[in-house]
Amino acid sequence: MKRIGVFVCHCGTNIAATVDVEKVAESARHLPHVVFATTYKFMCADPGQKLIADAIREHALNRVVVAACSPHMHERTFRKAVERAGVNPYLMEVANVREQCSWVHRDKPVGTEKAAALVAAAVAKVARNVPLESGKLPVERRALVVGGGIAGIQAALDIAESGYHVTIVEREQSVGGRMAQLDKTFPTLDCSSCILTPKMVDVGHHPMIEICSYSEIESVEGYVGNFEVTIRRKATSVDPDVCTGCGECWNRCPVKKLPSSFNMDLGHRPAIYVDFPQAIPNVPVIDRANCTYYLRDGKCRVCEKVCPTKAIDFTLEDRLVKERFGAIVMATGFQTASLQQYPEWGLGTYPDVVTGLHFERLVSSTGPTEGKIKRPSDGKEPKSVVFVLCAGSRDEARGRSYCSKACCMYSAKQAILLREKIPQAQAHVFYMDIRTAGKDYEEFYMRAKEEYGVNYIRGRVAKVYPEKDHLVVRGEDTLLGRPVAVEADMVVLAAAIEPRADAAALAQKVGISYNRDHFFSEAHPKLRPVESNTGGVFLAGCCQGPKDIPETVAQASAAAAKVVQMFSKDALVSEAQLASVNEAWCIGCFLCQPVCPYKAIQPKEIEERRGRDKIKRTVSSVNTGLCQGCGACAVACPSGAMRLNGFTDEQILAEVDAVCL
Amino acid sequence: MKLAYYPGCSLCGTAREYNISTIKVSEKLGIELEEIPDWSCCGATSAHTSSPLLGVALPARNLAIAEEMGLDVAAPCAACYHNLSAARVKMDRDHLLRKRIEEIIDRKYRGKVKVLPLAEVILSRVGLDAVRDSLVHPLAGLKMAAYYGCLMVRPKGIVDFDDPENPTKLDQIMEAAGGEMVDWSHKTECCGASLSLTGTELCVDLVGRILERAAEEGAECIVTACPFCQANLDMRQAEAATKLKTDFRLPVLYFTQLLGIALGLPAGELGLDSHVVDPRPLLREKGLI
Amino acid sequence: MPVNESAAAEAEMMTEAEMTTDGASGAGADAGTGTWEPRIVAFCCNWCSYAGADLAGTSRKQYPANIRIVRVPCSGRINPQYILRAFQRGADGVMVAGCHPGDCHYTTGNYYTRRRFSVVQRFLEYVGLHPDRFSGHWISGSEGEKFVQTAREFTEKVRSLGPNEKMRDVL
Repeated sequence: MKRIGVFVCHCGTNIAATVDVEKVAESARHLPHVVFATTYKFMCADPGQKLIADAIREHALNRVVVAACSPHMHERTFRKAVERAGVNPYLMEVANVREQCSWVHRDKPVGTEKAAALVAAAVAKVARNVPLESGKLPVERRALVVGGGIAGIQAALDIAESGYHVTIVEREQSVGGRMAQLDKTFPTLDCSSCILTPKMVDVGHHPMIEICSYSEIESVEGYVGNFEVTIRRKATSVDPDVCTGCGECWNRCPVKKLPSSFNMDLGHRPAIYVDFPQAIPNVPVIDRANCTYYLRDGKCRVCEKVCPTKAIDFTLEDRLVKERFGAIVMATGFQTASLQQYPEWGLGTYPDVVTGLHFERLVSSTGPTEGKIKRPSDGKEPKSVVFVLCAGSRDEARGRSYCSKACCMYSAKQAILLREKIPQAQAHVFYMDIRTAGKDYEEFYMRAKEEYGVNYIRGRVAKVYPEKDHLVVRGEDTLLGRPVAVEADMVVLAAAIEPRADAAALAQKVGISYNRDHFFSEAHPKLRPVESNTGGVFLAGCCQGPKDIPETVAQASAAAAKVVQMFSKDALVSEAQLASVNEAWCIGCFLCQPVCPYKAIQPKEIEERRGRDKIKRTVSSVNTGLCQGCGACAVACPSGAMRLNGFTDEQILAEVDAVCL
Repeated sequence: MKLAYYPGCSLCGTAREYNISTIKVSEKLGIELEEIPDWSCCGATSAHTSSPLLGVALPARNLAIAEEMGLDVAAPCAACYHNLSAARVKMDRDHLLRKRIEEIIDRKYRGKVKVLPLAEVILSRVGLDAVRDSLVHPLAGLKMAAYYGCLMVRPKGIVDFDDPENPTKLDQIMEAAGGEMVDWSHKTECCGASLSLTGTELCVDLVGRILERAAEEGAECIVTACPFCQANLDMRQAEAATKLKTDFRLPVLYFTQLLGIALGLPAGELGLDSHVVDPRPLLREKGLI
Repeated sequence: MPVNESAAAEAEMMTEAEMTTDGASGAGADAGTGTWEPRIVAFCCNWCSYAGADLAGTSRKQYPANIRIVRVPCSGRINPQYILRAFQRGADGVMVAGCHPGDCHYTTGNYYTRRRFSVVQRFLEYVGLHPDRFSGHWISGSEGEKFVQTAREFTEKVRSLGPNEKMRDVL
């Protein structure tokens, strides 16, 4: 006998304001099998959950419908609540009357009617639910961290310190990422390298951490707890086991004038190189596209000759390494926007128009100018620098609607550094709004204005053009309500922070979702900010959205905690809503097999009695370790033998009937 | 290839040389221009400021006639191109407005015809290869700055001729004609033409700024496709030079005039004698006329 | 209509009375009285479109209440049978929404959906139902605004087509 209880949540006034919750409960009482219906202010709160449990006992309920917020929000909460009261968690359905009703329809009678229909659908569905049991999955207690910037480094160290093995995959020659390129950090003006390099050394020496630098993710298969990842280890032409990092090769390489991407192309590097002197691992790689040996059929060989340990091996090839991991932390960071849509600012046209990252390299003592600020065109010390905020950010019309978050602060910092290094230089900042939400951030900004005399101009820059030996920055001062023109020796654009160009492609490989701007999507913007929608894949740093260093480090540690939490369990609970085969109906056609994206369907031989005889027959069987519950197989099955538990044909059809009538 | 020709008022008055050279060049390049019968003013800069409805109705009337002809419209004048395009976009976006306008002009308008500036016709319908193939006197050694102004390129969405910040299409055509184009920063700066009479002082400043930049980049003349810009840069040039204490003399020509020379048209048919800053000494010096 | 009554221990046969639910939800079909409002069933995949609809909610964007969402794990789970059933039960329009091609949570599910979209549309035409009563869309979890736009436009489209009298079961 089915006994269904319906619990309608007010969600304070979120639902109750535009949906007559009492009326919804009343209409539910007339639905088949419903023996009890009530409302409560906050069903998810402790008293609400207790109310459900009490009602289950009192009215001998064996199925429950909660009409509340989206199942993405609290399905788990309510499943646990009914489970504690002795009802199988899969005998509970959520009717989404908040996100998909009360919040989107202002008319109360209309909203009430729709809410009642949604409840009717959930009741019709739950009447056809069957108890499901979760299985157990083994966990491979090794973590993969994709990206070796500060986010990846922090996550790796935290996981490794908890006793689990970590592999960092880094695309460049060295770990360190963007933070290694920075000069000083706000709001303390700590030297970026001084606080980063010790962590890099820790990562390099940690017995539980393996660094795969100059490597990329080729493919990811498997599922939470059991990922199988293929890593492309690009050919370095240097044997890391033999190389001592002495530097003979890169000092003697005759190809010297290649643009150094670490220095934002402002400096040079040889064809065999490390990204920067503190590189970890301190093993160089050969840039084959520019190395004489590869360009001219084996000529040159200088590095091979000078190497004291015979580490150079020109014959090395890319290797594909397959490894198993239980969890993945995505920490692929950001790039700055190319600003091609903004030709009026002249980035790429006028050498003295640069981005904030370029400026970092120009102030850094490890940079191409050894920390002396010189403008790229003629090496002259700038006497006036204009900083342009929101360069490419907060501009819906030309692509990016979001705020890049770190620019207000780093531009204030760069203006301060300019004034410290060249006291007679003027610093002007064009801004839309100044956003200094962070501990000690506002104070830092005030110091830039008051102590360092940085000139803040509220307005957008319309045009940058050269005049004689300088640039003219024309814009509007919206506080004075008049156009202004500022002469500048250099213009520094706070170019928008955007995900790496291949972020979407990588997300598709890993199987996680991303937003319009290609930032990876978190499972919930507030309550699950470091988990992706895919089990076992976690997010850290700017790949999830623009953020500064403290936030990145915090998120990385949080992601690490999630990984460690997963690894600390004996086994993972598998999803219960998976496909299963009714073997009696299966005709062994295997149409289900090619549509399965997880290769989870295999043939299986069964013995059956037919009349007096026993016969052998081949049918489909589902590997519940691999199945993710998409249901493609159930649609392909011509005999109705394949079902997706939790979303069976009869459940969905019952819902369809209920919303149509 | 046949197009409905919309010369507009300027080309019948101050910019006669633009009209003459347009017709000659089109003939040479095989563009058949059929003048829109009984065309009326596009409203220029004044109609829409006095009545928004008039600002749409005037160009709409011409579009409706062109539609009856079944031809896309070629409009050499930047302001005409701008107004015709703007009317088209506004009526596309607003069905009610279109109905109103149809009543006013007493004609059907279905939004079927395209409006093209002459430069676009040459670029996309004739093709630069055809231009190169017909060259008689390539403009070799003549350094020009292509000046686009406002009306040809802004705002995006209303006009769709070229990039609003860094247009290059005139440059491409003149380069195909053998000219040497300077890359400069003030291609799309406003010259202040609409303030020429009411705010002459400001207008002279704006003109001076543009000419100064062009001269600094080494340009020997300016090419444009806008009668307002041409008149303004040409007429206010002396004043601007005096104010800046310099003496640049940059002839300001329509791109069709120079293209005509390159295509071997007789110099006497291109209206070279009607400019304030006489271009003929420069062209003679370069051996082009 | 194949009802799947497989192994599950608790699955009992439903009586005809249980198959229908009464009362509260049934305003849709009064074409004669002038109060007709289109009834639209939207099948949304759990990961993208359902999340997109949730985002429309969290952003408090208004759209017509005619849309009723049925959640499925993946648009590839949508059997064309469900769409026909909705029309038979009196739905005036059916919308299917899934992740953008290439972004499917289950890697390839929406490719099957894409092929089915066009087949279903052709089939509806074949049986004489206006094919515009059915529409397929790609709506990601971050496209709340797109969900709202789609819901509005589709509702208006269906409204202009009038009530589905053709495929509706005589009840």
